[in-house]
Amino acid sequence: MDPASTPRRPVLDVRALTKVYGEGAAAVHALRGVSLTVQAGDYVAIMGSSGSGKSTLMHILGCLDVPTGGRYLLDGVDVGQLADRQLALVRNRLIGFVFQAFNLIPRTSAVANVELPLAYGGVRGPARRRRALAALDAVGLADRADHHPNQLSGGQQQRVAVARALVTEPALVLADEPTGNLDSRSTDDILAVFDLLNAAGRTIVLITHEPEVGAQARRLIRLRDGQVHSDERQDQPGRHTAGVGR
Amino acid sequence: MSLTETIRFALRGVAANKLRSALTMLGILIGVAAVILLVAVGNGSAQAITNRIEALGTNTLTITGANRTAGSGGLTVEVADALADPVLAPDVRSVSPLASVSTTLTYEGTDHEVGQFVGTRPSWFAAANSPLTDGAAFTADDEAQARRVLVVGRTVADELFPGTDPVGKQVRAGGALFTVVGVLAAKGSTGFQDANDIAVAPLSAVREVLTGYGALSSILVEAAAPDRVDAAQAQVSAILARRLPATGSGSAAYRIQNAAQLLQTQTETADTFTVLLGAVAAISLLVGGIGITNIMLVTVTERTREIGIRKALGARRRAVLTQFLIEATLLSLLGGALGVVTAVVGSQFTIVGIRPVIVPSSVVLALGVSVVIGLFFGGLPAARAARLRPIDALRYE
Ligand SMILES: Nc1ncnc2c1ncn2[C@@H]1O[C@H](COP(=O)(O)OP(=O)(O)OP(=O)(O)O)[C@@H](O)[C@H]1O
Ligand SMILES: [Mg+2]
Repeated sequence: MDPASTPRRPVLDVRALTKVYGEGAAAVHALRGVSLTVQAGDYVAIMGSSGSGKSTLMHILGCLDVPTGGRYLLDGVDVGQLADRQLALVRNRLIGFVFQAFNLIPRTSAVANVELPLAYGGVRGPARRRRALAALDAVGLADRADHHPNQLSGGQQQRVAVARALVTEPALVLADEPTGNLDSRSTDDILAVFDLLNAAGRTIVLITHEPEVGAQARRLIRLRDGQVHSDERQDQPGRHTAGVGR
Repeated sequence: MSLTETIRFALRGVAANKLRSALTMLGILIGVAAVILLVAVGNGSAQAITNRIEALGTNTLTITGANRTAGSGGLTVEVADALADPVLAPDVRSVSPLASVSTTLTYEGTDHEVGQFVGTRPSWFAAANSPLTDGAAFTADDEAQARRVLVVGRTVADELFPGTDPVGKQVRAGGALFTVVGVLAAKGSTGFQDANDIAVAPLSAVREVLTGYGALSSILVEAAAPDRVDAAQAQVSAILARRLPATGSGSAAYRIQNAAQLLQTQTETADTFTVLLGAVAAISLLVGGIGITNIMLVTVTERTREIGIRKALGARRRAVLTQFLIEATLLSLLGGALGVVTAVVGSQFTIVGIRPVIVPSSVVLALGVSVVIGLFFGGLPAARAARLRPIDALRYE
């Protein structure tokens, strides 16, 4: 069954979301009333010029930041009502987040970085190590498992960050420019991983500046000045599958 | 996440940031070691004083003139002899009048400024608990004949006769030649004054050559037994009150101190010294604490970002806090333990002439304070960061 053709309950539901940074004259209106819903199993790309509020929106979707106004329902639950421990659980179990700036923990090996979400999720010992190594393998970094972030190239760090987001097999993957620093081959590898996840029924939202990456998604949302400028379904997404696209 | 897991994370955090960990521990190490050592030095000097006074004998009374300008309150040899009265003062065993000056001894071109040049009677050696190691003390006959013989302390012997036997040598003091007949056994020193820098000669000879026939410096009275000191003091007081009535102004012309009182005043002095050193030590602990604070605050940006990452990956506030508190505890405990070891090793050496004696409570205090400082300054920024939204922690600078 193709998940895209049978939209189910919305996993993401944001209504009139606003975000204002700073106060008074220095206030920056990063989001000016964004409303959108994303069905479970969908594959969404967000594009837009620099400063249009993409990362801001993504951070709110990832429960890392709170909006100034509006409501955000995640799986039907109002995130604004959740306590710290519930938020921690949501971030750990439900969401895999890839940061634009990678945000790996310094002086800690790649595999230890990837293990972190599993550790906070209560996965122990050899199973944890095995899953972390498998995730690194999926992004093509099995041979760099023991390297520290400062021993990795930008693209490799980015792939470690992707592996860390995927390792818990979250229902929702939020990726802020996951291929921003990658060559086309590594980009294809990452996209193949995303396709595989999506085929397994997981919801993916990614930000990109590259039209080719945006073209892989089923749905393309364009932001402009903190508002949704366009929102269109793409009928013939060029699909990546594992082992294909080399 | 389980506690062992959190502990493992904390250990990894300590190991991953070696320089920071080392600097933090160093700060605590210095603070703790300084406190323990300085208090130990103070305590050591106090104990040295106690030992010395106990060596002096606790069954002695020292009578000094209260008013030096009035000729030492008229303490004369006659007064001293009056105290040796078996009827009026049955609890007095011996009385040793003392005339002491500080003068220069010369031997074959070597000069030594001796701290105490004492003229007294042979009974002094027993009363002052000063046995000889070499030669013999002078006798009552030497005293009666004013023979110029001399018993020297260890320091004097070492200064004037290095490597040779002083007995039989002649030294010059105040223009006269004295023959060394004996050497005193070495005594424990207080660090303030060298008890071995002493030369003892017959009272009559010293008065003839050096001090003249004025008032005595002091009179050392030995009681029959330690528990008769108070009785002896009462008897001596009674005799002195008749011999040397109070002056017109009503103040006594002399002062009687027994060794126990002396011990008390000196111990009080040493206690003050210990408190002073303790204050210095507290300051060094504070400085160590500021060092820790500094390094913790310098790294707070990086730590805050790390906490942001951990929270974004689903760490609960408590897990983050526990990890960082364990890290801080570990560093401060380890640093504190190393500080204790350093202090223990350091206390094996003699510092400014004092053998330090470690006070157990100072160890507890120093360790406690350092752990509290480490916990506070390690935990506080972590607690603050753990309360931030992940994105705010990540953006912190
Ligand atoms: N912490 C902040 N404080 C103040 N202003 C901020 C903050 N974060 C973002 N902004 C502002 O909000 C606006 C949106 O920023 P955002 O990071 O969402 O842009 P973006 O679409 O992700 O851009 P890019 O493609 O360059 O990553 C920008 O104008 C930015 O300057
Ligand atoms: Mg961005």
